[in-house]
Amino acid sequence: MNPTTTALRAGWSRGLIELRQSLTNAGDLLNHFLWPVLMLIVTYFVRDVSFGDTGFELGTLVLPSILGMNSAMAMVTMSQLLTAEREDGTLLRAKATPNGMAGYFTGKIVFVSFGLIVDLAIFLIPGLLIVPGLSVGSADAWLTLIWVLALGLVATLPIGAVLGSIFASTRSQGLIMLPMMAMIATSGIFYPVTSLPDWVQWFAQIFPVYWLGLGMRSALLPDSAVTVEIGDSWRHLETIGVLGAWAVLGLVLAPIVLRRMARRESGSTVAERREKALQRVG
Amino acid sequence: MTTRDEVVLDVEGLRMRYGSTEVLRDVNLRVHHGEVVCLLGPNGAGKTTTLEILEGFRMRSAGRIEVLGTDPAHADERWRARVGVVLQSWRDHGRWRVRELLAHLGRYYAPYSTDRVRRPWNADELVAAVGLTAHADKKVRMLSGGQRRRLDVAVGLVGRPELLFLDEPTAGLDPVARREFHDLVESLAAQQDTTIVLTTHDLYEAEKLSDRIMILDGGRIIADGTAEELAHRIAGEDEVRWTHEGRHHRHSTSESTKFVHELFQQYGEDIADLEVRRASLEDTYLSLVRQAESGQDEAAPVNESREVHR
Repeated sequence: MNPTTTALRAGWSRGLIELRQSLTNAGDLLNHFLWPVLMLIVTYFVRDVSFGDTGFELGTLVLPSILGMNSAMAMVTMSQLLTAEREDGTLLRAKATPNGMAGYFTGKIVFVSFGLIVDLAIFLIPGLLIVPGLSVGSADAWLTLIWVLALGLVATLPIGAVLGSIFASTRSQGLIMLPMMAMIATSGIFYPVTSLPDWVQWFAQIFPVYWLGLGMRSALLPDSAVTVEIGDSWRHLETIGVLGAWAVLGLVLAPIVLRRMARRESGSTVAERREKALQRVG
Repeated sequence: MTTRDEVVLDVEGLRMRYGSTEVLRDVNLRVHHGEVVCLLGPNGAGKTTTLEILEGFRMRSAGRIEVLGTDPAHADERWRARVGVVLQSWRDHGRWRVRELLAHLGRYYAPYSTDRVRRPWNADELVAAVGLTAHADKKVRMLSGGQRRRLDVAVGLVGRPELLFLDEPTAGLDPVARREFHDLVESLAAQQDTTIVLTTHDLYEAEKLSDRIMILDGGRIIADGTAEELAHRIAGEDEVRWTHEGRHHRHSTSESTKFVHELFQQYGEDIADLEVRRASLEDTYLSLVRQAESGQDEAAPVNESREVHR
């Protein structure tokens, strides 16, 4: 078999093995459940709060938005994994293996994507029982959900990998949560964006979080809910445009940045980081 | 696959500069198929830098390098598949099970299998070869330091490399783990399929494991030969101790056998407590490094590289 194909297949199983490890590990399981459960609690409390005179409950609007936000969080997961695994030498091992980098990144994409799907299911399935009024009966809704999710992953994972290779340590990596929080706060996830000031709306529309939220709402909300959105439209074309632009940016930048990062890895750089990390502990 | 007498590693005029600091100034070395070669030197001598350049993980400033016939700076994945690197693991792959990890990493080597070299090494056999059979289903993070280092070697070996690099493989190991590790390297070396290049600052280890020792100091190789050759050529002097009429004597000489013979001729049975202490690698090493640091390294007589056959 062709070496690249072999590596991609090995990467695929690598992702699945790591997913299994993650789902059979108490600490990780807690992580898988913690965030969705918190979000379920939030959804539960706003399920009966009506939003203006739209006739919709806030809970109904919030549930798909949270799905969108969680999808965007895959970017953070990717970034964190990359920084951590560069620090601990996983990446260097991949580099010492023929076509190991291709396998490694395939594995990460598989792991993060499937992990995300698990997390979304943990949130969505009980969520559907709490929140009434979602249009989940039609195949259309699920098709839209799938393409929005797929496009969202292509838009966010490469950017996440780029961010992950920029941070020097898992410690500085924590900083990524600040802009992420700002993005989430302004993206109309927990409250419709149209009720926020104009400049916030413009800011929100630059980033994938807003568009993933919008895409998920377009999938799961009944058509009449469109009146809550900017321009009274689901704006699918714009969604494809903005997420597509992020995808192109990520797919262009990622190989360059990742190659540059990989080139610098060696035994002594890993040893140096180990030393630093152990000093922090000790 | 390299064959006997073939040059596996050929380095000429290797230089490495970081900014204005020159780490390697003129490294020349040559390693043949099946040899076990040790790069010995004080901390900061440039051992790790040299190794990382040879592994293709670091760009050099100048010089000509051929590793398995290819410049590592421009080598492809086919070359990568023939080279094994033993990395010091820390906490990577902590959740993977030993056999699972080796089987996974082995997959990448399958396309590079040839009639002479079957790749990868079967995971069960490899686990047995490094003595981890009892721990094959353990998670990597549950292994002890010594077990983990053996796994590191196994990872380096999984593609059945023609050339294996080990950087300070026994640093931080307890005496038992260290002994087990030495046995492992010796059994590998005995098969003579794999050329091994390792770095250490442990003289005993260098002497025990390697066919040939190269001493690196101040950015160049200041000596190259077997442990005995180095001891004889450089320190050269054995120490003879004896007592005569109740008094202790000690004399340094390069011809200890002849000296002892003369001693007996002169005093006969009056000689007691005779002891001949061979020049040790430690003496050699210390005198070499001292020489090099006082700038007399040009005078070192064993600087030329020689063919060593086993």
